[in-house]
Amino acid sequence: MKPMFGVVVQPGTTRDQKKTGWRIYRPRFKQKDCIGCLDCLRSCPDGAVYQIDKKKFDSDMDACKGCGVCADLCPVDDIDMELEEQQ
Amino acid sequence: MEAAGPDVIIANATGCLEVFTTRFPRSSWQVPWIHSLFENPASVASGIEVALKALGREDEAKVIAQAGDGGTADIGMGAFSGMLERGHNILYVCYDNEAYSNTGFQRSGLTPKDALTTTSPAGPTSWGNLTRKKDLPAIVAAHGAAYIATSSVGYPVDITRKVKKALTFTGPKYLQIHCPCVPGWGIESAISVRMARYAINSGLYPIFEMEYGKITKVRKIKKEDLVGVEEYLKPQKRFAHLYKYPGGEEHIKAIQAAADANIEKYGLLAE
Amino acid sequence: MRRILEGSQAVAESVAMCRPKVVCAYPITPQTHIVEGLARLVAEGRLDAQYVLVEAEFSAASVVLGASATGARAYTATSSQGLLLMTEVIFNIAGMRLPVVMTVANRAVSAPINIWNDQQDSMSLRDCGWIQMYAEDIQEACDMHIQAFTIAEELNIPVMVCMDGYILTHAMEPVEVPEQEHVDAYLPPFKPKFYLTPKDPITLGSMAGPDAYMEIRLLLHQSMQRASFTIREEANRFEEAFGRSYGDLLGSYRAEDAELLLVSMGSLLGTMKDAVDELRDGGHPVGIVKVRTVRPFPRTQLHDALADARIVGVIEKDISLGLEGILCSEIRSAFCGAARTPNISSFVVGLGGRDVTVDNIKDIALGLLSDDTCRVEVAGIDHEVLWSAHSEEE
Repeated sequence: MKPMFGVVVQPGTTRDQKKTGWRIYRPRFKQKDCIGCLDCLRSCPDGAVYQIDKKKFDSDMDACKGCGVCADLCPVDDIDMELEEQQ
Repeated sequence: MEAAGPDVIIANATGCLEVFTTRFPRSSWQVPWIHSLFENPASVASGIEVALKALGREDEAKVIAQAGDGGTADIGMGAFSGMLERGHNILYVCYDNEAYSNTGFQRSGLTPKDALTTTSPAGPTSWGNLTRKKDLPAIVAAHGAAYIATSSVGYPVDITRKVKKALTFTGPKYLQIHCPCVPGWGIESAISVRMARYAINSGLYPIFEMEYGKITKVRKIKKEDLVGVEEYLKPQKRFAHLYKYPGGEEHIKAIQAAADANIEKYGLLAE
Repeated sequence: MRRILEGSQAVAESVAMCRPKVVCAYPITPQTHIVEGLARLVAEGRLDAQYVLVEAEFSAASVVLGASATGARAYTATSSQGLLLMTEVIFNIAGMRLPVVMTVANRAVSAPINIWNDQQDSMSLRDCGWIQMYAEDIQEACDMHIQAFTIAEELNIPVMVCMDGYILTHAMEPVEVPEQEHVDAYLPPFKPKFYLTPKDPITLGSMAGPDAYMEIRLLLHQSMQRASFTIREEANRFEEAFGRSYGDLLGSYRAEDAELLLVSMGSLLGTMKDAVDELRDGGHPVGIVKVRTVRPFPRTQLHDALADARIVGVIEKDISLGLEGILCSEIRSAFCGAARTPNISSFVVGLGGRDVTVDNIKDIALGLLSDDTCRVEVAGIDHEVLWSAHSEEE
């Protein structure tokens, strides 16, 4: 269905908005001691964390808001939060 | 959402979820989604459900209503009760962050006792919220709902499982999900999920399932995960006054006693 | 087929012929007989619809909102306090462009609590974005509902059909009940322009910030202005199909060459017509302009209909407290900047079910003919009651 009367809005159109500007810190996945517990992936509020390999994860910087939940939960301290580089 | 699949229609209440995801002309929702007002998602969902029936489209989609704790337990309580009583085939999800967070963290009926909110501030003459948290699952159970569950963002897999399970029941279903509000609770965003887990693992927020009025399953706290309530209270600014004013320790004791009572009542401790 | 029916029953049968798929209402006097009638029609299997029993008017309006958004033709009915309780949803239904049809059995608003007729309830909601139409008699109320669904669905604007409580809802009159096949031919099944379905997901009810809110409201305002054409077209199409006409946005009665034109809406017009007949018999040049549609407001048409009169008296059953009759203010606006303006006076009558007689109307008319000074009057006051109700000296 097309946009109509200003009340019908197209689905899934927020994707093209990047959240990069929200971050103060960004997660760095060290990909060293990971045990593949999936906690970071499942608990990311923005669904930004993605799996590369069984014990290798990273975060999509277009979606990540830098909240730090993944780093806080990581049981083996394999995620660091680093200050976002000033643009 | 992932658990419910694409064949759903969602009726949403006013709140952060709606404000953040649907700012015109964009929308985050890839499923059919409607927001009407703060207090009526239960009634709007009822209308959707009967319309699907009337049009012979009931197999087309499952109907889900979503609201916050204030929209559910307070202002939308009448509409919610009506939906339950009429027996609509709807899954109602309440995101419980224990206050009116979208408007700046004011007290709701699901704010726990002694929590500070902007309308229940703490001071030398007040311990914050003076009343205990409304037992909403029990109220829903009294309506004879088919399936009732509590869950938490602390354990997303648990949410997914319960949404899937809820949708196998016909009739009204209720899922109450405990969600920390970072600014409202006064915590760092990084520890929000950990706080949600402490709420469960201290016994303060029992996680259970009820089918047709009977508790069928509880989330057991593993011995190594068990924490005292202070682990949960201390990092949160909304409880900071309990550590500031004399007599606070009595309140902390009472909160611990409430947690212990939950552990006893629901049998939360793993053997 | 001509049958003697109570107004509410006649309306219930007319609504049923429009084949709504979802009917949802909460009972309130004097709307009850309409929704009871519909409940019976569903129970008897004569209307194939979901009839939803809700816990309040707020939910009744919310249920029809959800049903309409899902693509079902949806109907509700209310009155007075019930309408006011619905208010938030009423605005929402219009803002979301959902073609719901609602009957308002007009009744006074509390306090003091009063279950009798006036038009304060719906007139207080004239800015909510619904088309508002007022029926003069039971036959018009029935026919107006059939037109209301076509207008609403054509424009995606909800329509409120207002009929005077008791005077129309509870009166027995001979009513021409149309054949179902004729209604089906006039009003085809609802084909929603948009609706909620996983097959083509859309987002409804999104937030619009300062950057877009005004534009979306403007779209509704423009559609509402265009509604005048649709209402006129439907009035014509209805006349062709059923042979009955009540005017389009306006109607008139013995208005030609009238020096004094009385304006009103709803069932009061019947009494006024009798008064005008007697006045004309006595040689007084008095006529009537009937307002059928309050929103969209027929400003230009009203100007043209009234411009040649020397005096205009707007007689209505509502009041904007601290100002005057609501319709009168709006009629004044039709003459803003006009070359010639009749002397326009406001008469508030019949609040809370106070009887309005032919003599009351004649008194107003003769008074205006002898003194055309613009004025605001609350007419038909019992001064003894007034004094006893307020005896203390200030």
